[in-house]
Amino acid sequence: MKANNNTTIRICMGTGGIAAGGAEVLNAFKKELNLAGIKANIEKNCSMHKVGCRGLCAKDVLVDVIINDEKTTYQFIKSDMVPRIVKEHIIEKTPVIDWVVGEDYHNFHKKQFKVVLSDCGSIDPEDITAYIGVKGYEAAKKVLISLKPEEVVEIIKSSGLRGRGGAGFPTGVKWEIAMKQDSKQKYLICNADEGDPGAFMDRSVIEGNPHAVIEGMIIGAYTIGADKGYVYIRAEYPLAVERLKKALSDARENGFLGKGILGTKFNFDIKVKLGAGAFVCGEETALIASIEGQRGMPRAKPPFPVYHGLWGKPTVINNVETLANVPCIIRNGARWFASFGTEKSKGTKVFALTGKIKNSGLIEVPMGIPLREIIYDIGGGTESGKALKAVQTGGPSGGCIPADMLDTPVDFESLAKVGSIVGSGGMVVLDEDNCMVNMAQYFLQFTQMESCGKCVPCRIGTKRLLEILDRITKGKGKKGDIELLEKLSRDIKAASLCGLGQTAPNPVLSTIKYFRHEYEAHLQGKCPAAVCKELLTYYILEEFCNGCGACLRACPAGAITGEKKKPHFIDSEICIKCGACFDACKFKAVAKE
Amino acid sequence: MVKVTIDSKTIEVAEGTTVLEAARMLNIQIPTLCHHPKLTPFGGCRMCIVEVKGVPRPLTSCTTPVSEGMEVTTSSPEIEELRKTVLELILSDHPNDCMICEKAGDCTLQELAYFYGIKENRFAGERRVYEKRDGNPFIERDMEKCILCGRCVKVCEEVQGVEAIDFTYRGFKSKICPPFEKDLKCEFCGQCVAVCPTGALTGKMWALRGRQKDIKEVDTTCAYCGTGCNITLHVRANEVIRVTSKEDKWNEGWLCVKGRFGYTFINSPDRLKKPLIRIETKDEGRRTKDEKQEGISRPSSLVPHLSSLFREATWDEALDYTAQRLKEIKGKHGPDAIAGLSSARCTTEENYLFQKFVRAGLGTNNIDHCARL
Repeated sequence: MKANNNTTIRICMGTGGIAAGGAEVLNAFKKELNLAGIKANIEKNCSMHKVGCRGLCAKDVLVDVIINDEKTTYQFIKSDMVPRIVKEHIIEKTPVIDWVVGEDYHNFHKKQFKVVLSDCGSIDPEDITAYIGVKGYEAAKKVLISLKPEEVVEIIKSSGLRGRGGAGFPTGVKWEIAMKQDSKQKYLICNADEGDPGAFMDRSVIEGNPHAVIEGMIIGAYTIGADKGYVYIRAEYPLAVERLKKALSDARENGFLGKGILGTKFNFDIKVKLGAGAFVCGEETALIASIEGQRGMPRAKPPFPVYHGLWGKPTVINNVETLANVPCIIRNGARWFASFGTEKSKGTKVFALTGKIKNSGLIEVPMGIPLREIIYDIGGGTESGKALKAVQTGGPSGGCIPADMLDTPVDFESLAKVGSIVGSGGMVVLDEDNCMVNMAQYFLQFTQMESCGKCVPCRIGTKRLLEILDRITKGKGKKGDIELLEKLSRDIKAASLCGLGQTAPNPVLSTIKYFRHEYEAHLQGKCPAAVCKELLTYYILEEFCNGCGACLRACPAGAITGEKKKPHFIDSEICIKCGACFDACKFKAVAKE
Repeated sequence: MVKVTIDSKTIEVAEGTTVLEAARMLNIQIPTLCHHPKLTPFGGCRMCIVEVKGVPRPLTSCTTPVSEGMEVTTSSPEIEELRKTVLELILSDHPNDCMICEKAGDCTLQELAYFYGIKENRFAGERRVYEKRDGNPFIERDMEKCILCGRCVKVCEEVQGVEAIDFTYRGFKSKICPPFEKDLKCEFCGQCVAVCPTGALTGKMWALRGRQKDIKEVDTTCAYCGTGCNITLHVRANEVIRVTSKEDKWNEGWLCVKGRFGYTFINSPDRLKKPLIRIETKDEGRRTKDEKQEGISRPSSLVPHLSSLFREATWDEALDYTAQRLKEIKGKHGPDAIAGLSSARCTTEENYLFQKFVRAGLGTNNIDHCARL
C-alpha cells in the first residue's frame, strides 16, 4: 500500500461548508492520512460554488477525492465518515458508492454557465498563486501595460456589462462618465454590503475568489483614474472579510496594489470598510455617508456619486459581482461576454436559489434563461413535491412571478415587465404551503425595520402598509384594505427618496397583482395556504383518529379531549393554534384550514 | 446663468440654484416642511416634490439644482395626491392636539393640514409614544410631535457647531435625540426651537403664556451684548412672553441662549429700576469668611434684605456721589488706585466712551472689559 502522490482532496470550506462541519472533516482527513502515511494535498476549497457541485450548499460538506485526475465527489460528509473514505477509496481504490453524489448533483450543474464563479471552489481563495495559476491578474497586466482608459471603457461598453447590484446601469457608461470628470482625486468603491434576506452571492464570490474582485477594482480604478478604493463590506461576513484582507495584503506584496503597480506609473490601494449592519447602506449615497463617518442615510440624486461622491469627489460604486466579471471580460474579450444573455442583458448572473426548492444553493446562469429551467432543471423542482406557487426574485425590493409565468426569461427587462426585478439575485421558491399575504408581510417587516427614517413615505408609509397587512393576516382586514394597500404602495413608490422606499412596496403590489384572490380570502376569514395562525382552525378527522392520545399529550393548552382508542376532539375556543397536535399525529388525523 | 421654466414662467437664475429657490423667485408657492433657506437641503419630507419634464419620477425641488432648459410643473393632480398622502402619513403619527399646543397658529404642519383639508386619516395606526423628561429650564422636547425633518439637527451642526443631537434608531422608531437618549446638555441656544416647524421643540418658559393669536410683535435690539442681534419681542397683555428673531436681518434670525430665553428679567421684581446708594457695608449682609469656612449658614430671617443695605436715589444724586468719591480716591491714592471694568452688554461706542473717560478723565490705564479673554 504505497502512498499515491496524485491524490487531491477538496473540502468545502466556505461559510456553508464550515457550518456543516467542514473544519472537522478537514482535520479528520489530516489525521487519517497521517496515520496511513499518505501524502495528499488538503486544499481548503472555497465553499459553496465550487467545482461542479459547490453551489449546492444543501448537500454540504461536499468532498472531492481526486486520484490520478479521476474525481469522485461525496456529499453530506461528516468527520466520522472520513476513516472509511480513506481506507476504502484512497488506500484500496474503491470509492464508497453509498456516499457519492447522485444525479441531482450533476443536473444542478448541467444548465449553469460559470463566469464569475468559474474559479470559485476550484482554487484556494487564500493563496494568491492559485489565482495567478488560473490566469489571475493577467487582465490587470494587459490593461495597465497596453490599454488606454478609453479603450477599457470601449471594451466594457461593448461587452454590455450592466451593474449586478440591482439597478442594471451599464458599467462602461458609468466608468466613462467618471473617467471624463476633471478631478485630481477620484474613488472606486466596491459595494459588498449584501443585505437582502436569503442572498449570499457577493459573500460567496469574495469567500471563493477575492482576487477576482480586487483585479476588477484595479482595472476599474485605472480606467476612471482613481488611486483609492474601498470595499464596503458587512461585518456580518467575517470569513469574507478575513479572506479579503488576506488577499489585499498578498496583492500588495506581489505588487498588484500600492505605488507603481506592475512597473507602471499607476498607483492604487484599497481599504476595507466594515458596514455596521444597516441594509440601507447598500444604497450608494448612504454607503458614501457611512464611509464618511456619517449616519447611513441616502441623499437625493442628482448629483450622482459619479459627479459628486465620496468626500465630494467623483466616485464609482460597483457591485462585487460586476467587478468580478471585469477580468473575465478583459481576458476573453467583449464579444465573448456579449455572446451570452439577451439583447439588452448580457453575460451571466449569479442567483441564490432558496426556499421550497430541492437543490438550494448558488447558481450562475446565462441572462435570459427561462425561470422554468432554473427551477426544474437546476433546482430539481419543489422540495416537497407540491405544486409550485410562485418565485420571489429580487428580495425585499422585488416581486413574485406566479407559476403560470415560469417561462419568463430571467433578465433585467423581462422581470421588470412582470413587476419584479433581477435585483441583487435572491430567488425564493414558494409552493402551495406559502401564503402570499404572509410573504408580503415578511418582506415589509424587513424594509420597515431597515428604513433609515429620513423620508416620510418610507418611514411611516411602510409602517402603515405593514399594519394593514398585519390586520389582514389576523382576519381583521376591512373592506377596501386591498385598494388602500395598492394606493399607498403606489404613492410610496413615487414619493420616496431612495431605492429602498421606491421598491419596498413591490412585494405587496406584485402579490396583489397575481394573488388578489388570496387577499380576498383573508378578508373573508380564510388563509388558503393555512399559514396565518389567527385564521386557522385545527380539527380532528374522526375517520383517521385511532385515539392514540399523542395529540392530547402534545397540546400545551389542554384543548384536546377524548377517551383512549376513540376519536379525539379539539375545542377551538381553547386551542391556541400552535400546531403541536398537527406535528404529533402520526395518522394525519389532525387537519387545519 | 441658467434658464428654467417653472409653471410656464421662465426665469434666468445662477447655476446651482435649486428649483425651489427659483420657484420662490417667481412667487410660486411650493409647500415645504423640512426645507430651511439657511440650512443645507434635506429632501426628507417630500412635500416639495415637482414634476420635471423628461424625468419619470417626481423630484424634490429643494434638492434639485436647475439645469438649462428645465421644465418644471409644481402642481398637478398626481403631485397633489402624493403630497396629500405624505401629509396624511405625517399626521397619522402625530398627536394632533393643536387645541393645547403651544405652536398652534404658528405651525407649518397645521397650516398644511388646513390647506390640504385633512380631516379624516386613511392611514391611522400606531403612534410613537415618548416621555418628556428634560431637566433643563429652556427647551421643551415633545418628540411625539417631531416629524423628523432634521432642521434641528442641521442648525445645531451647521450654524451652532455643537452637534448635540442627531438621528437615532431606524424605521418607524427613528428619533432625534442627544447621544444615548440622555437629557439635552448643550448651550441651550434654542436655534433648534427657532427652526422647528411643529410643536416638537418649544421654550419651557413659553408654556401657557399665550399663543400666536394674541401676540403683538415688537422689533428691537438685544441688549445683552455689543453684537446687537435683532430680536422680536412677543408681547401679550403688556408682558414679554417670547423672543424670536427675524431671518431677513443681519443676524439671520440666529440668537444665543441669553437673547432667546433671558427675557424674564424684564418683569422680575428684582429688576433694578433706580440708582441705589449703599447704606451699610456689604459684609453686613453676607456670611463672614470664618462662617463660610465652617459652613455655617444664617437662617434666612437673619439675612438682611437688599433694601436694608441700599437706599434709592435720583440719578443726579447718584452721579454726583460717584464723581465725588472718584475725586476723593484719586486725590488721596492717585489715579492708579482706580480701575474701570466695562461690559459686553454695552455697545462699541459706549465702550469707547468709557475707556476715554477712564484714561483721559481719571488718568489711568487701568481699563478692562468683561469679555477680554
